[in-house]
Amino acid sequence: MKTTSPYLLRLLAATALMLGTSIASHAQDKATQLHNRATAAMCANCHGTDGRTTDGSAIPSLVGMPKDYMVLQLKAFKDGTRPATVMHQITKGLTDAQIDTIATYYAATKR
Amino acid sequence: MKRRSFVQASMALGSFGALGTMVGCASVGRVPEKARVVVVGGGYGGATAAKYVRMLSNYQIDVTLIEPNGEFVSCPISNLVIGGSKTMADITTPYDKLSGKHGVNIVRDYVASVDPIKKTVTLASGPSIRYDKLIMSPGIDLMFTTIDGLKEANASGQILQAWKAGPETLALRKQLEAMDDGGVYAITIPEAPYRCPPGPYERASQVAHYFKQHKPKSKVLILDANQDVTSKGPLFKKFWADNYKGILEYMPQHKVVAVDAKTNTLKFDVQNDVKANVLNVLPAMRAGGIAVQSSLANVNARWCGVHYQTFESTQAKDIHVIGDSIMLAPLMPKSGHMANSHGKVTAAAIVAQLSDMPVNPAPFLSNTCYSFVNDKLVVHVASVHQYDAKDKTYKTVPGSGGVSSAPNELEGIYAWNWAQNIWADSLM
Repeated sequence: MKTTSPYLLRLLAATALMLGTSIASHAQDKATQLHNRATAAMCANCHGTDGRTTDGSAIPSLVGMPKDYMVLQLKAFKDGTRPATVMHQITKGLTDAQIDTIATYYAATKR
Repeated sequence: MKRRSFVQASMALGSFGALGTMVGCASVGRVPEKARVVVVGGGYGGATAAKYVRMLSNYQIDVTLIEPNGEFVSCPISNLVIGGSKTMADITTPYDKLSGKHGVNIVRDYVASVDPIKKTVTLASGPSIRYDKLIMSPGIDLMFTTIDGLKEANASGQILQAWKAGPETLALRKQLEAMDDGGVYAITIPEAPYRCPPGPYERASQVAHYFKQHKPKSKVLILDANQDVTSKGPLFKKFWADNYKGILEYMPQHKVVAVDAKTNTLKFDVQNDVKANVLNVLPAMRAGGIAVQSSLANVNARWCGVHYQTFESTQAKDIHVIGDSIMLAPLMPKSGHMANSHGKVTAAAIVAQLSDMPVNPAPFLSNTCYSFVNDKLVVHVASVHQYDAKDKTYKTVPGSGGVSSAPNELEGIYAWNWAQNIWADSLM
């Protein structure tokens, strides 16, 4: 029986490791994607599924809103520089990371 | 058509595509032998959970929703039907988008029993459905027998609750319309916790507004088992003093123990009897009947304990309980908005678990609850609840949340838009 060269074994091991890492990171990406989508869905109660409000709604749609603009508005609600009826109270409960996640999600959704 | 042939006909018609894009298919689906996710109850919690399991799994996980009612009738806004400024049609949403757009298989039935060992749900009509994950969202059960005489008086249609929106909502409106000017409407409130803390005060405000416009000699009595108004107290009390003086009277520490239907009289544990023309009695509440019967209501035999990160029952594996049935973490209200939030956290957790992915370590919930003090002016309470991994519970963030500074018309517009958007988010 022919023995496999140590070089080939190392190459195989390295490839397997890379593949494993890539699968693991893909799974982690998928999980993060799911968690982020669920986090953004906390806005949908008022702002509509995926940020699409019903026709004629005075509550603004969030779908496709540019990320920088949304982060700025949410932080302005949070620090009280933009007046609000409810949003100043909601945003004070959110971390900056959650605000970033939410703004990233809605910026990426298609109008 | 007999049930069996009806079911067979539905089976022939109702095979959903994997992407669930069939539009306009019948809202009553087939009864499958097995579904990966079964949801019991199509209210704010269950409908949202069903829709979001579908959406968050990219329509890969099949969902069967069991709901006895043909349409969704909203409790939020139903007080405006009682006050006369909205109609039943305004608060009713069909289930057809949940099936047609999202591919949720809807079975119109009651659940007779749940077997957490075999992981089956048995329908009132007989067949059983196996599940991998069960979401129970059965709402509340009104404990009529805790008040002497109430069960019979409610069954006869004389003393209404109208706390589960539906036929009683309209029946209560009709009682108020039929009442002579100079009559008395009395609403009784059980000790907290109960569904929708500000709801009874909103309802009393709606009836007072109606009386002020149309029956100015009439009176509203609020008989509250609690020490004080349980939600938005200063806002409600100021508005009542400024606008409903001489019409609305608030009486705390009045716990009803019996009703006399013959004389339309309320009897209390301590105070004197109160007689009124229209009685609206809200008894104590507990988790929906099927949750109690399935031994999931393991807190004081009234509410269902859950692990808050996933809403999985502390009693049974792979059964998640959401909405008004659960034992709440401190400062979490029993509201439709919260039930919708529970539905999403649970849907995401279940999609993760069924896909061998980690569950979100840091979910959060939000709540916004609007109350109409007349037909246009509104006050709100809002809160944010972040999951605390160390204490395994939800905690409000210091400095967040709060109430309106005063009743205002802008929030009246937002409140109605909130309703339309959350109905769409839960059902469409």
